Amino acid sequence: MSEIILTPLDQPDVPLEASNIKPDVFAGKTIDEIKNIQIFHGNTPVKLSDFFEVSGESSENPAEIGIVIDGDVDRTKRIGEGMSAGEILIKGDVNMYVGAEMKGGRITVEGNAASWAGQTMMGGELEILGDAGDYVGSAYRGDWRGMQGGTIIVHGNAGNEIGEYMNGGKIIIKGDVNIMTGIHMNNGLIIIEGDAVARVGAEMAGGTIIVNGIVQEFLPGFEYLGVEKDIEVDGQTIPGAFYKFLGDHAIKGAKGTVYVAVRGNGHIVP
Amino acid sequence: MELIIKNGFVYCPQNDIDGEKMDICVKDGKIVESVSDDAKVIDASDKIVMPGGVDPHAHIAGAKVNIGRTYRPEDSKKAAAKFKGGRAGSGFSVPSTFMTGYNYAKMGYTTAMEAAMPPLLARHTHEEFYDTPLIDHAAYPLFGNNWFVMEYLKEGDIDKCAAYASWLLKVTKGYTIKLVNPAGTEAWGWGGNVHGIHEPAPYFDITPAEIIKGLAEVNEKLRLPHSIHLHCNDLGHPGNYETTLASFDVPKGIKPNPAVGSRDTILYATHVQFHSYGGTTWRDFESEAPAIADYVNKNDHLIIDVGQVTLDETTTMTADGPMEYDLHSLNGLKWANCDVELETGAGVVPFLYVPRAPVPSVQWGIGLELFLLIEDANKVCLTTDHPNAGPFTRYPRIMAWLMSNKYRMEYIEEKLHSWAQRRSSIATIDREYTFYEIAQISRSTPAKALGLSDTKGHLAPGADADIAIYDINPETTDPSNDYMEIENAFANASYVLKDGEIIVKDGNIVKAREHGRTYWIDTQVEEDIYKEVVLDVERKFKQYYSVNFENYPVQDAYLPKSAPVKGVIL
Repeated sequence: MSEIILTPLDQPDVPLEASNIKPDVFAGKTIDEIKNIQIFHGNTPVKLSDFFEVSGESSENPAEIGIVIDGDVDRTKRIGEGMSAGEILIKGDVNMYVGAEMKGGRITVEGNAASWAGQTMMGGELEILGDAGDYVGSAYRGDWRGMQGGTIIVHGNAGNEIGEYMNGGKIIIKGDVNIMTGIHMNNGLIIIEGDAVARVGAEMAGGTIIVNGIVQEFLPGFEYLGVEKDIEVDGQTIPGAFYKFLGDHAIKGAKGTVYVAVRGNGHIVP
Repeated sequence: MELIIKNGFVYCPQNDIDGEKMDICVKDGKIVESVSDDAKVIDASDKIVMPGGVDPHAHIAGAKVNIGRTYRPEDSKKAAAKFKGGRAGSGFSVPSTFMTGYNYAKMGYTTAMEAAMPPLLARHTHEEFYDTPLIDHAAYPLFGNNWFVMEYLKEGDIDKCAAYASWLLKVTKGYTIKLVNPAGTEAWGWGGNVHGIHEPAPYFDITPAEIIKGLAEVNEKLRLPHSIHLHCNDLGHPGNYETTLASFDVPKGIKPNPAVGSRDTILYATHVQFHSYGGTTWRDFESEAPAIADYVNKNDHLIIDVGQVTLDETTTMTADGPMEYDLHSLNGLKWANCDVELETGAGVVPFLYVPRAPVPSVQWGIGLELFLLIEDANKVCLTTDHPNAGPFTRYPRIMAWLMSNKYRMEYIEEKLHSWAQRRSSIATIDREYTFYEIAQISRSTPAKALGLSDTKGHLAPGADADIAIYDINPETTDPSNDYMEIENAFANASYVLKDGEIIVKDGNIVKAREHGRTYWIDTQVEEDIYKEVVLDVERKFKQYYSVNFENYPVQDAYLPKSAPVKGVIL
């Protein structure tokens, strides 16, 4: 694998929009050509080298390219948007839409990611070692066709409406989340290893949500099915005892499943 | 300023010009007999010259359009463009205001009508017109579920109803009497709908048939340039063609009486594709377009537009509130709904006309059947009921479908569900439109129906110099086979002139800031009745409306190019 290192210079107040930072665009270009790739500073087209030092070695094949962003890019949006192969490693924080519409390959964020990480993701892997903002793996604003495939793992906490309109794939949040996890979800799997404040699975029609921590308030539109032990989903066994719910019956014919750990959640069962 | 368009193949159906090679002279925004030698020359050799396009029915400005824009950011994302010298815009099915003007102009369209304006929201509509450059326009206020109209007609008082209509057209700066699901939208205010034309609205106890007939009489009494503009009851329901045919019969016998223009019809039925459905459910759904076309062929009191399905993802929006609820129940997508006090209602729902799905395939066939089975292109207008059956930016594709059986068969055989062939007769029709007929359905026919044929839809001296030039040589191009060439040429006009100024060159906007005219009706009725009715209205405002009577009328300042129609269109 050939490595291309982007060292961020000063990050501007007006954010950069850099959907061109991905192996698919870098492939087949020399380092000098990569320096000239267009990104946007606000609505002004600029060169990649205006905001990043570029070094390393490129390749013809995007799957052979690893892009390393060596520092914080907390004012840079859309890194890896639509990427289909290769790897991106961000050694710091990143702004919104990291890995949006991603089809394949792998992105690792060592710091925190702002909202909309992995929006409408189709495939590939997105791993965030810090916290993520709202709308992890959600649909585009207004759209009802959300994440289709791939895996998102957040090691820290995440915000509201994780997996909104999710249609497939897997989201794992190892920390806590705020409200409305899996809202409008139709398919796929969301695992919350920490706590979820409220309204888990609001208006979900299908798919599975598992919460291992505490759910403060639970929605009335779910039917309680009893306790299940060591649940099996997606080819893996999740140990422990879980309350199982079917819903959200606010939606006609809904077949969503929510598992909530028995421990600490006695207040949500009838 | 003088200008001469030389050597083009001119298609001007109103003056029986069918592809004749001739020059068109322009002076001070009008078409004239001749110009001096100093005139600027546009060489139109090997090109087609037509009058600027006229869209008689689209939803391009006002409250529900803006709901569509605001609640569909995912539609905005699909199309975004910059226009040199103009404003950037976005939106595929519901483009922003500026982009709406530019998109029309690029296709050679210079006039487009907003087909449904809630009177209470007239100011919003005119504000959006203000920001919709280049195209002349007018708005159709909604009358079919209006409390005043229903009460006057129930009392049988045509004179008072006419006085009210005259007042409403004046204060809303409206152009025609528009009816949407008459009695049905009022019933929606009570949680219901009406079915057929003889079921009365709740409380008001008046039927759709009575409202249609009454307003048709009012229309001719006021001598309006356009006839009543009717969106029939039961839109989009399997088996609705019987309601449609019955509605067509209602105003029959009333004499056309326009003060201006050359309209000879008394009914304009809109987006008839949505009203030509057979069967009883979506399972046995089928086309009844042949029955509708047969009626239109045999009767001369009406004219229709089609509302052609373009097989896109689009946004439906209409004052037919209950229909939008039905649609939302069917597709489960987001639904906006509004009741406009005393006047009308509206709903908005996104819709995907998936080509591989059975019902949209038949709907596509039904629209084209109407175009191809109605023999006289003087009786049918090109529309998509933008954005309901598809965006207006697809007109070039529809033109190409109409001109090429091969193009249609390519869709039928490769892209559509087999229901297109099995549930409609479209695969058996091999008629192909000529350029002359294309100019009819997109220019002369709508202009005449709207009462604008003195200045629009033709190229004789006296007409507004709204002219489209397309890079098609009719002597060497065979539309049957070169359909993609036709589609591209109609989508990107070589030149478009608006009031004698070049606004488009080679498919690019070159003049982006000009306001279009706003046509509106300034009629006079007998003063005593008018005063009495206005007093009546004032009383009702105090009783029921959430706004003051004085705050209701749209001030003149909202119309940068006001074009009141009193008896002459200049």
